[in-house]
Amino acid sequence: MRYAMVIDTDKCVGCSDCVVACQTENKVPVGYARDWVVEVTKGTYPHLQMELRSERCNQCENAPCVRCCPTGSSHYSAGGIVLVKPRRCIGCGACITSCPYDARFPHPKGYVDKCTFCDHRIKEGNKPACVEVCPTRCMYFGNIDDPASEVSRLLRQRRYKTLIPEAGTKPHLYFLT
Amino acid sequence: MREELIISGRMNPMIDPQLNIWHWHIPLYLFLGGLAAGILFFAALYTIRGEEKLYPAAVKKAPFITPFILVIGLLALLLDLNNKPYFWQLYTTLRLESPMSWGAWTLMVVTPISFIWCALNIREIFPSFDWRYGWLKWLEAFFTRYKVAMSWVLLIFSVILGIYTGILFSAFNARPLWNTSILGPLFLASGLSTGAAYIMLVSRSHTERAAFSKIDIVIIGIELFLIVHMFMGFLASTQVQIEAAGLFLGGPYTAVFWVFVVFLGMILPALLEVLELRKYRVPVLIPSLLVLGGGLVFRFVIAYAGQASRWLY
Ligand code: SF4
Ligand code: SF4
Repeated sequence: MRYAMVIDTDKCVGCSDCVVACQTENKVPVGYARDWVVEVTKGTYPHLQMELRSERCNQCENAPCVRCCPTGSSHYSAGGIVLVKPRRCIGCGACITSCPYDARFPHPKGYVDKCTFCDHRIKEGNKPACVEVCPTRCMYFGNIDDPASEVSRLLRQRRYKTLIPEAGTKPHLYFLT
Repeated sequence: MREELIISGRMNPMIDPQLNIWHWHIPLYLFLGGLAAGILFFAALYTIRGEEKLYPAAVKKAPFITPFILVIGLLALLLDLNNKPYFWQLYTTLRLESPMSWGAWTLMVVTPISFIWCALNIREIFPSFDWRYGWLKWLEAFFTRYKVAMSWVLLIFSVILGIYTGILFSAFNARPLWNTSILGPLFLASGLSTGAAYIMLVSRSHTERAAFSKIDIVIIGIELFLIVHMFMGFLASTQVQIEAAGLFLGGPYTAVFWVFVVFLGMILPALLEVLELRKYRVPVLIPSLLVLGGGLVFRFVIAYAGQASRWLY
């Protein structure tokens, strides 16, 4: 089993509901965020092209953050989700430095925090909070190893990209373009 | 034109708009670790070669500073941790994939040896010193007997300590400036050079100073070669590394790197050392302090510039 998120950049309107839903669901400390929305504009007026992307940890298959963690606090969990064990984390910051996507941040309590794909919700059969709340339903979540899943179907039917695959991280956030 | 905005108001302090997770602690520690590695390397080397008499400062006097700087370095590392009460988790596992992990274990080998090394030499430096208790004397005799074996261990682990400070950085592919395997040898060379400079500083013997002047000139030559090599590699690499090199070639770190690190920290002291060997009178203080200062600034520049370099997407 391999969890993945597929995000339709054509449908995203950049409302940031996913960000607020995550902050609420995961009690992210005020002033911090586990996910964020990026607006990329290309070209000069009037020839402009815009892309909106809701970004978060890519739950990399070859995760530099897991590799560099000196204590094994950062680890792969079921479905390939990369998690941090707060009680093993010394807060050295190596994983923050190692992430090409800058997806991690130091939690004020000392350990390092990041997106967990809402593993506590998945266990109960729910979708991650950001996916659930998106008003344009531009986010999809599921098991990419299952050819019948919604995410697998979308990746078969649509054109997509991942972010800096050349960093060798094997990211599992797919953006439909 | 291409513009990228984070519109959700992601403001993770220490990460946005620029990664800033490692402050002065890490470069200070890397400098002190490299310096200690350099000093202990020469101490072990000349003990193994049986040349303690020829190089008394390198073998006996200079290592006296190493326990102190290693402890200061360790304290800096501890201060840098965000979860300080959990620091001992470092020593519950050894992860070879993580340079920080095996580096932490290397410190646990080198630091005790540095203490033992000083204890073995303390009576020569302070003749009135006495160990007082029988078992301490027994320990002293024990380690003296195995001094050469201990020197071999120290020789190997001081090299590991010196090179790991660079490998720690070069293992981060997310920071293109650090992601070059030249950084390990370069930090090792810089550590050896600062170690040699410190030995020159405390040495009272003319032959010893001259010997370390020569050693230092050679190491500085190697460092300069590695730096040129590193930039050649960057400029022939991908766009992200070309831009990382740009931080030093016209970017914000250009002046501090080329003036303080390369010229004042390497070229000028090497020239002064050559002049001294040619029998001009140069106070040894000047090249030594220049090398030490250059080594310190070098670690800071690399640590900060590396955090400013990133992938573009
Ligand atoms: S996106 Fe960053 S934090 Fe997430 S798994 Fe990849 S490297 Fe680790
Ligand atoms: S900050 Fe914590 S999770 Fe990150 S590398 Fe250090 S110990 Fe591991």
